[in-house]
Amino acid sequence: MDSPAGRYGLPDAIRSEWTKLSTVRSTAWTLLVTVVAAVGLGALVSWVQATHYANNGFIDRATFDPTRVSLSGLLFAQLAVGVLGVLVMSAEYGTGTIRATLSAMPRRVEVLWAKALVFGSLILVVGEILSLAAFFLGQSILSSRAPHATLGDPGALRAVLGAGCYLTALGLLALGLATVVRHTAGGISAFVGVLFVLPVISDALPSSVSVHVNKFLPADIGVSMLSTQPTGTAFPPWGGFTLLCGYAAVALVVGTVLLRRRDA
Amino acid sequence: MIEAEALTKRYGNTIAVDQLSFQVLPGQVTGFLGPNGSGKSTTMRMIVGLDSPDSGRVRVKGKRYRDLAWPLREVGALLEARAIHPGRSSANHLLALARANRIPAERVDEVLELVGLSAVARRRAGKLSLGMGQRLGIAAALLGDPGVLLFDEPVNGLDPDGIRWARNLLRSLAAEGRTVFVSSHLMSEMALTADHVIVVGRGRLMADLPIGELTARSLGFVRVKSPAPGALGDRLSAMGGVVSKVAGGALEVRGIRAEQVGEVAAELGVVLHELSPMEASLEEAYLELTGEAVEYRGGAGRGPDAADPTSVAQADVTAGEGARDG
Repeated sequence: MDSPAGRYGLPDAIRSEWTKLSTVRSTAWTLLVTVVAAVGLGALVSWVQATHYANNGFIDRATFDPTRVSLSGLLFAQLAVGVLGVLVMSAEYGTGTIRATLSAMPRRVEVLWAKALVFGSLILVVGEILSLAAFFLGQSILSSRAPHATLGDPGALRAVLGAGCYLTALGLLALGLATVVRHTAGGISAFVGVLFVLPVISDALPSSVSVHVNKFLPADIGVSMLSTQPTGTAFPPWGGFTLLCGYAAVALVVGTVLLRRRDA
Repeated sequence: MIEAEALTKRYGNTIAVDQLSFQVLPGQVTGFLGPNGSGKSTTMRMIVGLDSPDSGRVRVKGKRYRDLAWPLREVGALLEARAIHPGRSSANHLLALARANRIPAERVDEVLELVGLSAVARRRAGKLSLGMGQRLGIAAALLGDPGVLLFDEPVNGLDPDGIRWARNLLRSLAAEGRTVFVSSHLMSEMALTADHVIVVGRGRLMADLPIGELTARSLGFVRVKSPAPGALGDRLSAMGGVVSKVAGGALEVRGIRAEQVGEVAAELGVVLHELSPMEASLEEAYLELTGEAVEYRGGAGRGPDAADPTSVAQADVTAGEGARDG
């Protein structure tokens, strides 16, 4: 068999990683959970909000954000996205395929880049489709008995498109964490810890402190990005998103350094 | 061609591979022989760049592994059985590897056919038996049609037919001019497969020689029974032989061949009741080489079972646990 000219590179790594991602059931299952959570829970929350809107007090009505209501399922879907992001790397260590992967592609940085590009693109596409679907379905449910939004409303398009970006950055953070931890349970624990446990700990602090801590946490960044109105002391949506991308980048860079340095 | 120079790897305080230097040449099967835990797998992982040596270096076709342009087209490795995602089919497992090095997808079907897995190629790999998993690992090694092949304990889990098949495969790969490097802890397996052996114990090189020489080097002895052992024994000792008296008045003579012992006896006019050359088996020759290097010895020392390397491995587990309990 004659070898092609040149040497293997990122495009080959991307094709290999896409083949891996698309040939295991866990990908389909976690994406199914993502869809059900994003669209189904979003519809459920929209329906409950619609049926109770008439009973809402003044404050609830004043702060009612139909865009955020319709996108609230994505705050559950982010868990499934994180699990898939962890699995993209940790499954290789759990099953031992990392040895085959790194034997085929010994320049290890390319392996992680390929995984990040393939998984990141998948989540971006799926995330945008889901947030649009959740938005339109949610608005149609709300429209009967409560205020509802259109994509032309201030901040609505930004929130809908931002939701897909948020899921993508969060998924890449999970991938980075898993590259550092190299273990499925450990990776998922780290991800859940960052996303769901840190806010609980922060809330145990005096509120004068926690307001300054919370806005740095991915959970608050997510809520800010899915809302059309400013939420409390949170960073503005794209400011928060930049910070979240920074977290993901740090996790991926630390992961890269460790991946290169450690024995596989 | 694989060249290791003073390859050294430590895990904490344990030295897994210790100043190991050797060459593996094309066109023959080179056995990599040593007890469990003697550093064979670590050495193989260093060859393909999965583990990095603490010192020393290893080159494949004159290059560092990570500098190979198309690694799978140059080196194929079976490092551990069943390193497969249980939810992915065998065909897709190989396809992902093929894509990484731009190997045509048809080659996946070819190697599956070659190892006899075509019928189960679309089945989830988690359903494969141990032997099938091993065959899939061999298929992965052959995927890029590489000139250098590494197999770490390839016959583990294979049934007798499979073992014979693997043996013939290794020999035919070498006959095609490829470099074939096969590890095993079983001397008997190597005797049937390898042309050359590199023997390691505790990470150190014990021997590097053609298999025939290892056999010849086997430390046999001559058993002599005579009504007048004293005179004969003295003469043989004077000739440089190592003579020991054993139960029943027999002598065990090492370092002098049976023919010479007979000639000496005739010269001295000593009557012989028995003159038997005792061939040490290959296993014994191997244990002789590595015996000092087995990490943990079983408490009972070398009983009759100790000639079987697998029982050494078991003793090693027991002794290890005993050490932790104590």
